[in-house]
Amino acid sequence: MKEEKQKEDVFESVWKFFASVKLAVAVFIILSFSSIVGTIVEQQAEPEKNIALLAKFFGDSLAPTVYNIFAKLGFMDMYHSWWFISFLITFSINLIVCSLDRFPKTWKLVKMPLKPLAVNVIKTLPVKKEIKLKTTLAVAKDEFFNSLRTSKYQVLEANENNEVQLYCQKWRYARLGVYVVHLSIILIFLGAIIGARFGFGGFLNLPEGQISDVAYTANGSEIPLGFSIKCNWYDTKYYEGIDMPQEFHSELVIIENGKEVLKKVIEVNDPLTYKGITFYQSSYGMIPNASGYFILGLKPNGHQQSTVSLRFGDTFEIPGTGITGTVIDFSPALARDQRTGALISYSDNMVNPAVAIQFNMPGQDSFKGWIFKRYPQTGILPGGHEIKFEDYWGVEYTGMQVSKDPGIGLIYIACIIMAIGLYITFFISHKKIWIHIAHDTPGGKGPVSVSVGGSTNRNRFAFEKEIDHILSTASHAIEGRSKK
Amino acid sequence: MNSSLFFDISAGAYVAAMITYVIYLVARNKTVGIAATTITIFGFACQSVALLIRWVNSYHFWISSSPNSGLVESLLRAAPLRNLYESLIFFVWSLILIHLLIEFKYKVRSLGAFVTPLAALALLFIDISGTSKEIQPLIPALQSNWLLFHVLLSFLGYAAFGVSFGAAAAYIIMVTDSKKEKAYIFWSIIIGIFIIVLVGMGIDFMSLSAAERKELIQNHFLKATFRNESGGVVAASWAFSIAFIFTLWQFGFGLKKILSSLSVTPQMLEDIEYKSIAIGFPLFTLGGLLMGAIWANSAWGKYWSWDPKETWSLITWFVYALYLHARYIGGWRGKRVAILAVIGFVAVIFTYLGVNLVLSGLHAYGSG
Repeated sequence: MKEEKQKEDVFESVWKFFASVKLAVAVFIILSFSSIVGTIVEQQAEPEKNIALLAKFFGDSLAPTVYNIFAKLGFMDMYHSWWFISFLITFSINLIVCSLDRFPKTWKLVKMPLKPLAVNVIKTLPVKKEIKLKTTLAVAKDEFFNSLRTSKYQVLEANENNEVQLYCQKWRYARLGVYVVHLSIILIFLGAIIGARFGFGGFLNLPEGQISDVAYTANGSEIPLGFSIKCNWYDTKYYEGIDMPQEFHSELVIIENGKEVLKKVIEVNDPLTYKGITFYQSSYGMIPNASGYFILGLKPNGHQQSTVSLRFGDTFEIPGTGITGTVIDFSPALARDQRTGALISYSDNMVNPAVAIQFNMPGQDSFKGWIFKRYPQTGILPGGHEIKFEDYWGVEYTGMQVSKDPGIGLIYIACIIMAIGLYITFFISHKKIWIHIAHDTPGGKGPVSVSVGGSTNRNRFAFEKEIDHILSTASHAIEGRSKK
Repeated sequence: MNSSLFFDISAGAYVAAMITYVIYLVARNKTVGIAATTITIFGFACQSVALLIRWVNSYHFWISSSPNSGLVESLLRAAPLRNLYESLIFFVWSLILIHLLIEFKYKVRSLGAFVTPLAALALLFIDISGTSKEIQPLIPALQSNWLLFHVLLSFLGYAAFGVSFGAAAAYIIMVTDSKKEKAYIFWSIIIGIFIIVLVGMGIDFMSLSAAERKELIQNHFLKATFRNESGGVVAASWAFSIAFIFTLWQFGFGLKKILSSLSVTPQMLEDIEYKSIAIGFPLFTLGGLLMGAIWANSAWGKYWSWDPKETWSLITWFVYALYLHARYIGGWRGKRVAILAVIGFVAVIFTYLGVNLVLSGLHAYGSG
């Protein structure tokens, strides 16, 4: 017996601890302040960066020591440190316990049957109105009943000799909105846990033309995909005339059991998903020391275009023209230096790729010409023949974020639930109205006095307007009846 | 047609409205009050026209580089919410919209004297931050249908928080009985810092050449004053700032008499403060946090990556969640929650501007 009681006490005090608002406030404050530190100290960065940052506050000599202390405390990867995660767990336990602790009270309020009130109580309610009407009790009751019904109230009535009371409520379940919001937060945590436990986040830098059946984690270990993925090509598309990227995109092919099963061009904001694994366009770059193929479109004047793929130094002929060309030079970003007038490459990335071709035309001197990928008019030769520089293929890689998150469905559902919960919590209110109707003089003579009282848990202003509307609708209807 | 003429007219109108609202506070003349409201509505109309013109221009700009995209897609991509300049303009528009709604609903004009300065400050900030006003091509990361909804709802939320800040700031003065009250000291410091930073940026702006101004936020922030190379200037800046905050603390108190003579009641201000948060909080949660997370997931493959902008949004959300719970559960009223409303808006400013100014992260494109 005694032991059981002790157990209960322990349980109760633990419960009380987690149900306390003070704990919630403390956790809010701790999470906020540590998050602030996390936004100042660069997370998962090289030590030098943060030592330099700390040196500004603590001086050069102290900075490495302070860094080591901070690093031991997990501040360099704070959001994944044991203590930060512990606070997140405390936050969710607190949220659950607080909600459970308060729910019965709210439920009682929701389920509490509505009862008629004494007239003097109605007159003390937060919203109150009184009017007098020249009509009979029956007509007044009828019209107020109708008016309340049109405003979507379920009306109950209590009759007592020469007195009628109509009382009603609506949207009582709106009081539960806050629990819906709390539930959605818990669901988000659940989704995050599922994602962390059963999913992964990695990356894959895949050169043009190559195939991989693994992705890599941040520390370089392999994650098997269960299928193969091939990058057909990567390309940065630029806005016309300026070096501002318009789109980063690459064509991916999923290969399973030696067969192509899916092909898609991915771009930022438009990833590829296969068997729960999603490939996001996230970066790109040049493969060091790679030599690729020059893909050229050859179009003799008035004829169909054909495509050739050439190595450095290869020679081609524009079909049927006798014009030949040899690939002699390439620049990833060709421009003319504004001061010296010399041709330079202004970037190592393929910002403005150009290929130089040595042309030989029958009966003419050999000449050299640069053809820009982004400016097709540079490939028009005398005689109207065209050479299009389609791509320098095989020298770039596409950088992809690769992730699998089985919790994401739950996260989306939780977002929808939270939106609904917020709407209920902030824009719907539980409203109660009592209308007491009685003749001024006993015996059913004289004008009818109507006392209206109402209460709401939120937005009294709108509620007052609604009551005004209900009153005026009813009194107009009553006037209309008496005219007949 | 160019939108800048209408923007300039509206900016002028808001500054004129601010002055008129302040005259109204001092003169307590109804005609002046009506004039202030009229000027504000005029400015709002001009700004609405300007926003529409800019949207149309951006639309043409977008289809000139992406002729294959459909009408709805092009309109979504062209929505004028794509960089710091456009977002500030939209913030001002939302702020004025919410202010006008409150003015008509509550028949309270004097709040204008607290909200229009916020609008004027945001407009001033556009000029002193040197942010580009050109219609720019949209970078790949922003080419998403979420852009419009995420930014639109976030900024409506920010604007609602801005109104609650104005109401809370006015409230704290109204209920102050003595200069020694903590809430009033807090008020003096926050409002003081607010003004000092803006003045500091104004000095930066004046000390820089036109080309340098474009990088004011990134490279020259407060370099002319607090971060000056000369120690003397830094010391003078601090001394001046402390003197300014002290003066504000000495005399800010006088606003109380003016407000109460205008039949502004603390209850009314508290109600506006609370209602704005009750509108701003769901908008910000849905548009800022939830839609932001969904968008992040489709663009980066992670719905939450503790990027500084995300983290600061969460901190802001914590502060307002605390405000709401303190009211509902703790039964807090008055000064204590008003202070939370002020802290909340400080967090908003940091989420919106501070992160771009001071910290870097995935959201870095917001600084351009």
